[in-house]
Amino acid sequence: MSEARKEIMGRIREALKTPSPKPHLKGESSKVAGKAWLPEVGDTDAETMALLSDNLAKLKASFHPVENLDQAIALVKDLAQKKNWKNIAYHKNELVTPVALAIAGNAWAVDEAFSKDKLEAADVGLTSCVSIVAQFGAILVSSETSGGRGLSILPPVHVVIAKADQVVPDLAACFAQINVQFGGKMPSMLSFITGPSRTGDIERILVLGAHGPKELYLILVR
Amino acid sequence: MLNSKSIFIKESTLTSADGDQRQFIRTALGGYYKNRDIYQARYRNWELARDAASLAKWSAVNNLAEVLEKFVAKFESNGGKVHWARDAAEARKIILDLVAKANATAVIKSKCMTTEEIHLNDALEKAGFGVVESDLGEFIQQLRGEAPYHFVFPCMHLKREAISELFTKHLGTAPTDSPEELTMIARKHLRKLYITADVGITGANFLVADTGQISITENEGNARLTAAMPRVHIALSGIEKVINTIDDLTVLLPMLATAGAGQPMTCYNTLYAGPKKPGELDGPEEFHLVLLDNARTQILADPEQRDSLHCIRCGACLNVCPIFKNIGGHAYGTTYQGPIGSVITPHLRGLKDWNHLSGASSLCGACTDACPVRIDLHHHLLQNRRNAVKVVPNLFDRVFHGTFNFVIQRPALFSLGGKVFRKTFGLLKHLPLPYLGTWLKSRDLPAIPPKSFREAWKDSKNV
Ligand code: SF4
Repeated sequence: MSEARKEIMGRIREALKTPSPKPHLKGESSKVAGKAWLPEVGDTDAETMALLSDNLAKLKASFHPVENLDQAIALVKDLAQKKNWKNIAYHKNELVTPVALAIAGNAWAVDEAFSKDKLEAADVGLTSCVSIVAQFGAILVSSETSGGRGLSILPPVHVVIAKADQVVPDLAACFAQINVQFGGKMPSMLSFITGPSRTGDIERILVLGAHGPKELYLILVR
Repeated sequence: MLNSKSIFIKESTLTSADGDQRQFIRTALGGYYKNRDIYQARYRNWELARDAASLAKWSAVNNLAEVLEKFVAKFESNGGKVHWARDAAEARKIILDLVAKANATAVIKSKCMTTEEIHLNDALEKAGFGVVESDLGEFIQQLRGEAPYHFVFPCMHLKREAISELFTKHLGTAPTDSPEELTMIARKHLRKLYITADVGITGANFLVADTGQISITENEGNARLTAAMPRVHIALSGIEKVINTIDDLTVLLPMLATAGAGQPMTCYNTLYAGPKKPGELDGPEEFHLVLLDNARTQILADPEQRDSLHCIRCGACLNVCPIFKNIGGHAYGTTYQGPIGSVITPHLRGLKDWNHLSGASSLCGACTDACPVRIDLHHHLLQNRRNAVKVVPNLFDRVFHGTFNFVIQRPALFSLGGKVFRKTFGLLKHLPLPYLGTWLKSRDLPAIPPKSFREAWKDSKNV
């Protein structure tokens, strides 16, 4: 054990010999079931879905619920044409691959080794996700299952394709699920994406696309 | 050299007299107040959420040794490497060695106040490593060679014209008055740097003990890029950032965003567990975490103010503070401005030189009301004032209060004193008395009634 570690730990133990009282609380929040003091989650599936849609709209993310994969393909094809997406980076996945391959132009998978410059030149990053948190409109991606770390942040447009049953009501449900899914072995990165990249650093005026994607699309297949 | 207190007096006098600048700051914060109210109202019970947040931090800080041990074991089992730094110099040395070992030619940084606290950029530059701040506000401040004005909104004091001029001067870009265009200039400039940098340096908002992850909160995506593209990722964090479980984030992540920036959740909240894992497509080969004490254990040793270690650096207390809004962030001369800065800086850098910050408070308690983790900020300011008297005895205060104490207990003397005082009151402003001169520079003396209350009371009975 390093000298510094020993000394800091010693200081901590010494300092904590004098206890400090519990904070003065207004109520007993820990006893409220389901953390029902956090923002709404909706009582029914329909309400949760409406909440998600509302949250994404407020975040200026583009939300497209579709009936099946064919509709998703048609939608992305159409977007690609309108927006002139040519260079599409994606990762291999049952939902993502068929969509990527249907787009005219140059779609390439990041699953084989790629250079950082190549990814930087992509117009679009096309990924799956782990789950979607309706309470905040947050999309959770992982380095293990959503194409690594760069794909969802470096290209100027991020398109996420997910299934409707990946929507969870709140963060608590989301964490419970990843604990089960990944067990003790968390991916090296898990990232909640809550709308397109943004900044307010200049006069506190909102600007989208600071360093990450300017546009974020969520296509939800029923 | 100017000391911290004279800088404070000079800067605060200038800023508080600058009506334009104060109005500008108020306008900039206007949008924040509006959004904060909207998103706070979406909580089914904001006060109970504050309870939960403060309890989460309280239980980690008051079991710091165990929780930290647990975190470190888990973090290392995820493949990361932990380094311990007793103070700023040790932290700088660890990071410089890591950067040198990585043979780095370029270093990219995302926003991290703890690196400001240890003056990391200076040290890197002196050692010959180019380092670039990637957060827009920090990038601007770095170009200006100026410390952040606010630890969440680093360049909120600047108008777009000033930023445009700065970019023209340093980056050779055409002038513009559009915040959007200015942002895009920085975006374009920094993109290649993420790719060429060998080392990425970030901070950490939370260290999650049960999963061994570090959590980083940001809006721009620059921290994500900093931790994704370079070969080596180094994170620097105070030891007090540790929390018990990932589940604590269910309340801490959204509250950090809502209290500090008026957002439901910040744009990117990212959990890192180790470097790139086998089978993952990209990411750094090495992941280092430097855990910093730097007097945090001294705050821990003060049970009265221990809760100031609960701080999640949201910035809410600055945003609502009438002092901050009027004197601006640079007057503080500290890494951490506003009420929380005034509370902890005396611990971090000495009560003797920094107690004047605790004097700059109207004791309105707006900070305490705004704090999502219920730190008793305004009482801590009072405690600092009390403690300061022991460290820096003030002869004038002692004589003044001693005399007052003596007189107030003797009614005859009090009434005599009152008479003399009322007669000589008008002369006061001409006397070279401590404090009074500065006080009267911007204030008028009120008119003094001819009679004391007791005399007036007696007269009214005699009618
Ligand atoms: S003291 Fe409270 S309000 Fe101030 S920055 Fe820290 S957490 Fe936020």
